[in-house]
Amino acid sequence: MKKAKNGAPIKQSKIDVVFDVVNVTLVTLITLIIIYPLYFTLVASFSDPTAVTLGQTVFWVKGFTLEPYMNVFKNSDIWLGYRNTIFYTVCGTLWNLFLTLPTAYVMSKKDLPGRNWLSWYFLFTMYFGGGLIPSYLNVVNLGLLNKPITLVILGGLSVYNMIVTRVFFQNSIPGDLYEAAKIDGASEFRQFFTIALPLSTPIIAVMSLWYAVGRWNEYFTALIYLNDPDLVPLQIVLRRILIENQSAASMASQEELALDPEMKAYYDHLKHMAEGMKYSVIYIASAPLLIAYPFVQKYFVKGVMIGSLKG
Amino acid sequence: MRKSANIAVGKKPSVNKKKVIHTLKRVLAHWELYLLLLPGLIYIFIFSYVPMYGVQIAFKNFRPSLGIWGSEWVGFKHFLRFFAFPDFWPYIRNTFLISFYGICTFPCAVIFALMLNELRNEKFKKTVQMITYAPHFISTVVVCGMVLLFLNTSYGLFNNVRAFFDLEPIKWLEEKAYFRSMYIISGIWSGLGWGTIIYLAALAGVSPELIEAARIDGANRFDIIRYVNIPTILPTIIIMFIMNCGSILSVGFEKIFLLQNSFNLSVSQVLSTYTYNIGLINAQYSYSSAIGLFNTLVNISLLIIVNMIVKKVSDVSLW
Repeated sequence: MKKAKNGAPIKQSKIDVVFDVVNVTLVTLITLIIIYPLYFTLVASFSDPTAVTLGQTVFWVKGFTLEPYMNVFKNSDIWLGYRNTIFYTVCGTLWNLFLTLPTAYVMSKKDLPGRNWLSWYFLFTMYFGGGLIPSYLNVVNLGLLNKPITLVILGGLSVYNMIVTRVFFQNSIPGDLYEAAKIDGASEFRQFFTIALPLSTPIIAVMSLWYAVGRWNEYFTALIYLNDPDLVPLQIVLRRILIENQSAASMASQEELALDPEMKAYYDHLKHMAEGMKYSVIYIASAPLLIAYPFVQKYFVKGVMIGSLKG
Repeated sequence: MRKSANIAVGKKPSVNKKKVIHTLKRVLAHWELYLLLLPGLIYIFIFSYVPMYGVQIAFKNFRPSLGIWGSEWVGFKHFLRFFAFPDFWPYIRNTFLISFYGICTFPCAVIFALMLNELRNEKFKKTVQMITYAPHFISTVVVCGMVLLFLNTSYGLFNNVRAFFDLEPIKWLEEKAYFRSMYIISGIWSGLGWGTIIYLAALAGVSPELIEAARIDGANRFDIIRYVNIPTILPTIIIMFIMNCGSILSVGFEKIFLLQNSFNLSVSQVLSTYTYNIGLINAQYSYSSAIGLFNTLVNISLLIIVNMIVKKVSDVSLW
């Protein structure tokens, strides 16, 4: 106590030391539990599929092989899905930025006549919506069913993201800059393109990443509005493989194969391979996000923090 | 008197006119801004407001050939049909229970954030954050795929571990008793780390002087969490809680749909999946819209009620 008054660090009480030990242990444990499924999937994807099905890869790779990955690479559906998803992600994110940035910029102008009404115009849609069927009928009426452009256009503007961007424009760009530009005779367009946009690279990064991740992982919209096999994104292909369990191996009937031991061994191998491929498919599909993630993590976090300012 | 009244009446339009002209001038002065806003306005109109206009088919017998407007009005027929439907209560119950368990996991992120906030070693803290945020980026399809892989009866990780301890394999996916746990635990796995960000941001706002003062008064780490940290982030917690309650009947369609199978249907059929089945698979558009509208209205009412209660109790609210 006396030490504290002199400005020296306060001595840790016993309870604080115990607290630290328990806290660090628990956090470590939780972190290990969270990373384990990802670790196991990685280990399993490089192991002999039969060893995986027998539970011999709980801690480390057994019978290292690239065969499951090779088999996935040979699957043309995956590549088609990949190509489509890249197209939807790139074009879709650009479309998102085109809609979100100008809208958020204008809504950040406090002296805009009718701003309050416009604000409610957007906010209302966050709480109330037409629901699944009216939205579906609307898309049908617009002729957007089964078109390559469908997944790009839909999900164009998230009101929540627009608000986060608006908060950024309001708090991070000093109003004096606009005033100075106005005195120099800059039009509103010029102010947007030459002052606001160049100063908002952080929020553009945040929004691009948020939207891009959403687009990459999108599957529900595709499920409803696309059934042309040439147009389906990666997530739909993944669903077929991971959830609906479609693979070459499941085509043969078990009773038939049980009669012939050689065929049964071959069939078992195929079956195990089909299971093994699932682990590698998970990594192939998530790789772009998981590789990019450590580098861009700070932008995601930044976005959440800007978003929390309004609360 | 009459004269003056007349004058007053005569004056009013000119005042209004001036006001209108003034407003018009202000609007015109900002025409470029409105032009910039136009794409967003039109987009929201087409993809949010037009479907709202379409909601009326919940009160009609929608026939594609007659169109939304031309179809015949039937009042609350579809709603009544849904309320009289024998599975109405089971579906409401399923939806409510899944959401309720979801809300019960709400404190997890708060507690984990408080724990992370107490870590002294910055490097360790960064590593933990890096790892625990990662599952947020893994798609729902992949998360559900992993659940199915790990719980597979003959090859799955869980049963392999059970076999190691000489325990009988469990048919996880075929027992409806495990469905909710599957849903909730995979949800915690995806969202725990990510959910802490907003609380960590709020915790960064705790003033160091306050903690210093508390320490001098002999407070230990628990006391500081209890009397300094939690009160500071309470408004954030409350806002997040209200938002959670508002979506009590709109449980994530995607994950339930993916984890649903014929064995667990009696616990996994919720309003949103039922709306999908009835509407898009069976093409009963009007009936499905009615269920969807009912769902939305319940959500909004809950949001308003919870918001009102919380406002009374704590002065924090959404509006």
